[in-house]
Amino acid sequence: MFFSVTLYLALLICGIGLLYKVVSWFRYRIGREASSISAGERLVSAAKGVPAAVLSPRIGILIKVFTLDVLLQRRIFKESRLRWAMHMCIYGGFMLLLFMHALDTFVSMKLFSEYHATLNPFLFFRNLFGAMVVIGVLIAIYRRMTVKRMRITSGGMDVYAIVILAVILVSGFLLEGAKIVSHEVFQDMVDEWAFLDDEELASLRAYWAKEFSVVFPERPDWTDEAVLEQGRELHEISCAECHSKPQWAFVSYGAAKLITPAAVKLTNADAATGLRYIHILACFLGLAYLPFSKFLHIFASPVSLLVNAIMKEGKPAEANVVTRRAMELDACTHCGACSEHCSVGVIYEQFLNRTILPSEKLIALRSLASGKSLGDKELQTIQEGSFICTNCYRCTQVCPVGINLQDLWITIKEDLAVLGYPEPVVWAADAVEARYGSKPLETGLLSPPGGIELQKELGVSLQADTFSRCFECQTCTNVCPVVNNFENPKATLGLLPHQIMHSLGLGLKEHAMGNRMIWDCVTCYQCQEQCPQGVQVADVLYELRNMSYRHLKGTE
Amino acid sequence: MKVALFQGCKIPYFVPQYEESLRAVCGEFGIELLDLEFNCCGYPVRNLDAHSYVISSARNLALAEKAGLGIMTPCKCCYGSLKKTEQMLKERESLREQVNSVLAKEGLVYQGTHGVKHLLSVLFHDVGVDRVKERVTRPYQGLNIAVHYGCHALRPSKVTQFDDPIAPVKFDRLVEATGAKSIEWTSKLQCCGNPLWGKNDALSLDLTTKKLENARDSGAEIVCVACTYCQIQFDTVQQQELAGNDGNGIIPSVLYTQLLGLSMGFGEEDLGLNRNRLKGRELEKFLT
Repeated sequence: MFFSVTLYLALLICGIGLLYKVVSWFRYRIGREASSISAGERLVSAAKGVPAAVLSPRIGILIKVFTLDVLLQRRIFKESRLRWAMHMCIYGGFMLLLFMHALDTFVSMKLFSEYHATLNPFLFFRNLFGAMVVIGVLIAIYRRMTVKRMRITSGGMDVYAIVILAVILVSGFLLEGAKIVSHEVFQDMVDEWAFLDDEELASLRAYWAKEFSVVFPERPDWTDEAVLEQGRELHEISCAECHSKPQWAFVSYGAAKLITPAAVKLTNADAATGLRYIHILACFLGLAYLPFSKFLHIFASPVSLLVNAIMKEGKPAEANVVTRRAMELDACTHCGACSEHCSVGVIYEQFLNRTILPSEKLIALRSLASGKSLGDKELQTIQEGSFICTNCYRCTQVCPVGINLQDLWITIKEDLAVLGYPEPVVWAADAVEARYGSKPLETGLLSPPGGIELQKELGVSLQADTFSRCFECQTCTNVCPVVNNFENPKATLGLLPHQIMHSLGLGLKEHAMGNRMIWDCVTCYQCQEQCPQGVQVADVLYELRNMSYRHLKGTE
Repeated sequence: MKVALFQGCKIPYFVPQYEESLRAVCGEFGIELLDLEFNCCGYPVRNLDAHSYVISSARNLALAEKAGLGIMTPCKCCYGSLKKTEQMLKERESLREQVNSVLAKEGLVYQGTHGVKHLLSVLFHDVGVDRVKERVTRPYQGLNIAVHYGCHALRPSKVTQFDDPIAPVKFDRLVEATGAKSIEWTSKLQCCGNPLWGKNDALSLDLTTKKLENARDSGAEIVCVACTYCQIQFDTVQQQELAGNDGNGIIPSVLYTQLLGLSMGFGEEDLGLNRNRLKGRELEKFLT
């Protein structure tokens, strides 16, 4: 009764959660087209699109992708054999346990007329599937601790996923182990299935103590061959039809042996019942929490794989693209493959900005898409992470669930620009304009003049300190294609290249940083190439951009 | 010869035809290409943070070193970026130590044992113009090309050491090996404008338009480039922003490996010519 109620409760919560999530796929807005398409329109468009794909020759694509990418997980296999083995163990083992063990009444019993949980091959396979999950979980823990960047990207949800699986599996094995050694379970079974007098009971006890590892409060004597033989005969009549030797449940048997010294105490304390509660309630907790945890990917990831396979061929409807983007956010398994292979991942350590890494950027995108109001600092962080991405496409190629990450990244850049967080260079150029405008020299003199300090500060670029050699020949300004593009360059750009060099020579840091010229430089290096004094003009402008960016961010 | 191919970030998604055509051409000349999982060369992030740039570049150099190979890159921005880092690490020991302490966490180290070359340098020096000419089975005739050198391989010349910065010849010679004529044009060594694309679009397009108009007005049929970003600017961006309803822009652009590949007998699909955006790229008409 209790388990029925809790099961239905878990199913209800799971169902509501799933519904809530699927609704969000039609509500969340990502991309500039999204604001002009209503949730209702998106629902209608999807309702039309799905049968259109299924009832067409394209069903071939769906079948192929379902088999290769959903069932066999070829995309994971391509990226990493170990990761594939780990996931196969977890997913394969768990699926088999779900159908053959948890749902044995509906599946195993229907398929196999001779099914009994304690009979081979079922006894063995249940342990095998469970062992597979445990091995998979152990590999997962190992990978999260050793693979590049996984320690940075691993979070609460990943820990929860591992923990809940571990609790379910370990409690399951312990439960079976507790039952193996339990003299009470033995007695209950005898009461139900065998009708024995005291002498027969004693011999059956002896047989089961020896062959089936049951631990009785008074250890039966099994040295007498005749007693054992009688026990064996009774066993054949009443027990053998449903019971294979417990050693076949190799993991649980190991657990049983481990707890044997305390077996009677545990049995008397009804450990088996306690473990059963933990085991089943952990499953129900996992079920109820599923839509809110990583395990939502069980449903969303196949959807992503199938939808993206179809959308890759031909022109999908705009409404469906917008819906797909929202759905993809739930399909992400937070496996970290994208971040592992990210081309700019190595930059993470310099900025300590997690959103540089694709898996973390996706999480940030979830916040953005949900309409949550984010603070300036948070948006600036997401802006920086998004625009540092070079759209190299590698994350999209390795994503095991086929998310079109490239499209998400291109879209997030557009959405951020609309919110007032464009490409950092643009943002910096505008901020500079707002902050410094075209202030006269007085402002410059307020900042401490310090040519020598500046020489040290303009650090990385070799000989950025060469600005001190400038003798104002103005060659750099004259060969600059940007300067030459304007009728009145000084008005548009604020300062000209030679004037920037001179400002630095005077130690006027803010003056040198506070102009558009540094942000409109096209890095053609004509200035540096032509300078007769070897002033590394273009490199200095790079250093000024770096300094200005830090200054504007407030991280100097 | 064998090299570590450094494609850079833009080729796989934005200009896959550059990879297709360069593999075809390199295969012909026996240039073996090793594909390593490189990271970004650091050129884009250099605008924001210098250390991020140097470490990005250095990691790639270290990866190639570990494989015992020099790097060959088809992108001139990547080339300039890697060369600059190479120079800085050679001349500044403290920077090299700093970089190596970061790389050490991954078991990598930069020692400067192997170099960086651009694809054109490999074709010019390691293969040689004569050998290139030999493999041209169908030279062009009557084809005027505006050869565009790009900025980041030419300058700063002390660092890049690619060619003479004022009067370069290597790219011209390679183009002429195909039978095409490299015309004179005043904007030849100017920037394509791409570094400002996405930052100051108006200014970027101004620079691009001036270049392309000059190329067209100087009598070229087509511009030829050997840099990913230049091709993005002259092809993708031009088509997006400057093309009319007929799909024609000011003047189309082609990658050198595509130009060469056609004259060597490769088909359009092998060279990804159908991926070039602008119309008016019927180079086949000029083949003998």
